[in-house]
Amino acid sequence: MKQSAAPKPLSQAQHDEILAIVARHGKQAGPLIEILHEVQRSLGCVPAEAVPVIANALNLSRAEVHGVVTFYHYFRGAPHGRQVVRLCRAEACQSMNGVALAKHAMKRLGIGFGETTPDGAVTLEAVYCLGLCACSPAAMIDQELFGRLTPERLDELIRRDNEKVST
Amino acid sequence: MVTVWVSRDAGALALGAEATAQQLLAGGAGIRLRRNGSRGIYWLEPLVEVECAAGRVAYGPVAARDVPGLLNKGLLQGAAHPLRLGPIEAHSWFTSQQRLTFARVGRIDPLDLDDYLEHGGFRGLRRALEIGSLATVNEVVESGLRGRGGAAFPTGLKWQTVLKQPEGQRYIACNADEGDSGTFSDRMLMEGDPFSVIEGMIIAGVAVGATRGYIYLRVEYPHAFQVLNAAIAAARKAGYLGADVCGSRIAFDIELRLGAGAYICGEETSMLESLEGRRGEIRVRPPLPAEKGLFGAPTVVNNVVTLATVPVVLAEGATAYRDFGQAKSRGTIPLQLAGNVLRGGLVERAFGLTVRELLYDYGGGSASGRPIRAVQIGGPLGAYLPESQFDTPLEYEALAAIGAMLGHGGVVAFDDTVDMLEMARYAMEFCAIESCGKCTPCRIGSVRGAEALRNIARGINPEANLALVAELCDTMLHASLCGLGGMAPFPVQSAMKHFGGDFRQRTPGS
Repeated sequence: MKQSAAPKPLSQAQHDEILAIVARHGKQAGPLIEILHEVQRSLGCVPAEAVPVIANALNLSRAEVHGVVTFYHYFRGAPHGRQVVRLCRAEACQSMNGVALAKHAMKRLGIGFGETTPDGAVTLEAVYCLGLCACSPAAMIDQELFGRLTPERLDELIRRDNEKVST
Repeated sequence: MVTVWVSRDAGALALGAEATAQQLLAGGAGIRLRRNGSRGIYWLEPLVEVECAAGRVAYGPVAARDVPGLLNKGLLQGAAHPLRLGPIEAHSWFTSQQRLTFARVGRIDPLDLDDYLEHGGFRGLRRALEIGSLATVNEVVESGLRGRGGAAFPTGLKWQTVLKQPEGQRYIACNADEGDSGTFSDRMLMEGDPFSVIEGMIIAGVAVGATRGYIYLRVEYPHAFQVLNAAIAAARKAGYLGADVCGSRIAFDIELRLGAGAYICGEETSMLESLEGRRGEIRVRPPLPAEKGLFGAPTVVNNVVTLATVPVVLAEGATAYRDFGQAKSRGTIPLQLAGNVLRGGLVERAFGLTVRELLYDYGGGSASGRPIRAVQIGGPLGAYLPESQFDTPLEYEALAAIGAMLGHGGVVAFDDTVDMLEMARYAMEFCAIESCGKCTPCRIGSVRGAEALRNIARGINPEANLALVAELCDTMLHASLCGLGGMAPFPVQSAMKHFGGDFRQRTPGS
């Protein structure tokens, strides 16, 4: 999980939303991860400020909730960019020039994995297998999947979506 | 109206199947478009199948831009075209396969219960309800079915252990955290035939007296999530799930849970921790999950493929199933051919096909046209095999005998440009990224291992660092609490053993 640089207090609406999410999962056994998923869907991330609210509502310690949030790669402390490029870096994709593709993506965007471009347009993330290993190298860009990617095709996809956002 | 099938499987979508489907809808009046899973012939996706007198005549790969031309040339009549493959089930990719678990995948609409029933669905469950708990467990024992998730533990024995526990709450937990690179059979089943997974879970519930099941699905599979959710709702509505399964007065229901991007949660005890809402740190065994599993109750933990195979065992009988395969590897195994191969996809066969047959007869050699130098079998914790071992049959004991493992059945090919030192370093680095941190050999060993291998690549004290890697591997193998640290040395040791040249003569500063 990436920590937000400047923590700011939750708005009342965010606070209420988190409590509503916890309440919705009230009857579920072991609900914490389900709650974190929903918080992230709703707020775009699991802000550090949400941890004591969730902990209090579930009667857990803040350390327990913090421990869970930070254990899982998927939960983030700050919202991602307008476009998220999740590039597979596992073996099958490596066997089909995935390493070169990853280097190209970093160079093209000027950022490393786990980072967002300064204009907030694109977040680049590593993923370890999308189950698309028969059509490597693969990526998930926002919710869309792409196989047999080339650097050229990746450039098109990044450009296209950025243009869509800016118009 | 002509029925045309285009897959909605994630692999097909990644190759443009959605655009192809939309183009068909836009351009072809008189088309009844149906969506299926993928038959696993990914090298020809997007595949378009037209229902004709001759059967389902396929064309592929069909990009969206090919559609207008195909329609003009008589696609809907199954007419000749360079992309025409003929009746798909007569294609040589399939005629040599023995599809039991994957019999319906790609043939049916995954969310159409009638389709499922017409193709033999719920026959296994009906038989289980007829013969009852003990006989169902015995049937699975007799079938010789072993866990397809990777550990290959006899499924029936696991079920027997749960059945023997004192009365009380029991659970079925379906491990759908398919994190191994090179594997996609769980995903294909969940997207292409979700009712088979659900049916397998209900049968397991009936067999061991569990009333509740959980599916733990990795978050990287959003398409499977949607399909499973819809399938669970449909099964509930039709009375297959709920307080009274098929009028049997037996209760069973399923809850779908999402993981959050942790490879370790594919390890069964870590998965149980995660299902309980905690950090996915592994549990020390004993007690086994079959004795004390989810929320402390006896729990059957089985992989997706295992559970989806259970209905076949019940419907066809244990003997029919165990007649496939050889030695202690009974039945069929869905092999996933991936990486640098010309024809990648899913091959379900009785155990015993050799690595070479898979790579060349099915795979057609490398995609790059260069010689295949190495294959990794069984995911990121599996050994690398050199060409001299390609005649090994793909079955549990034969692979174990050469220090390798079948795991979940993924086979990833690399051509001769691969740097095996780099692959060894990656194996350690991956272990470091994904270690749950509970035990020292895995947590520290992987970090130090990656560091030492990086140093070897830079030509820094290669001999001392090679000795250090060998020692770290030994410690991790013997002292780790679970398979992550305990098996991460396999790819490293096999790379050092079979591709030793890659580890020597590295120039400083390279």
